Amino acid sequence: MKFAIMINEGVYQHQSTDSAYQFVKAAIEKGHEVPRVFFYHDGVYNASSLTDPPKDDRNIVMRWAKLAKEHNIDMVVCVAAALRRGIKEENLAEGFRISGLGQLVEAGIQADRLVVFGD
Amino acid sequence: MGKEMTESTGGIDFEDEDASGVIKKFMFVNRKAPYGTIYALESLEVVLISAAFDQDVSLTFMDDGVYQIVKGQHTKAIDVKNFSPTYRALEGYDIEKLYVEKESLEQRGLTEADLLVDVQVMSSAEIAKIMSEQDVVISF
Repeated sequence: MKFAIMINEGVYQHQSTDSAYQFVKAAIEKGHEVPRVFFYHDGVYNASSLTDPPKDDRNIVMRWAKLAKEHNIDMVVCVAAALRRGIKEENLAEGFRISGLGQLVEAGIQADRLVVFGD
Repeated sequence: MGKEMTESTGGIDFEDEDASGVIKKFMFVNRKAPYGTIYALESLEVVLISAAFDQDVSLTFMDDGVYQIVKGQHTKAIDVKNFSPTYRALEGYDIEKLYVEKESLEQRGLTEADLLVDVQVMSSAEIAKIMSEQDVVISF
């Protein structure tokens, strides 16, 4: 099955991005496809290259980048939500790209399921 | 198709993409109060973009989300934009299916007359049925 993912909360404050990551990993391990993950609301903070957590903690941003590279996942950050929160090309982490909300709607049309991880 | 069109459709150029003519049922579920968090405002942005994709779009207002479409919102004192007039503009985007959960209205002492747009007030069970018929449900 083809899953599209939407993540609406930021890093560390909230579990939603952790849950989404575990879901995507499990889905791929079971042989499903995850062509796109879309980051909206505070979810755009998942794409900040300025994130620098303590070394004994998981690195949420780099973890996404690694998973995306390994499985060719298109990780899209909403431009309007990103600009509001200070995420720009110059501090965009590897593996992410900035685009519009149309990418979310398109993902909803093309995937078999759109799974939303939020508050 | 130029840059302008790409921007108004949220980064999608319909000439380049596989616009396969698929029409899905999209429901946006609004559960949160209009101010206090940005969810309601940013969800409205998704709704407006979805209109450009010729999908079968509906909106549901439940829980504190019913406050999003209450008449007479005044936000000057909190220095936040009153975006409630945008709900009136949805009709112009052919988004006319607006559902409101009856129980949520009643619990808050509201009636249909308090709302600024024409809606269909339905019971929780009726909304659940419509929800189960959707292809995509995005909850804010």
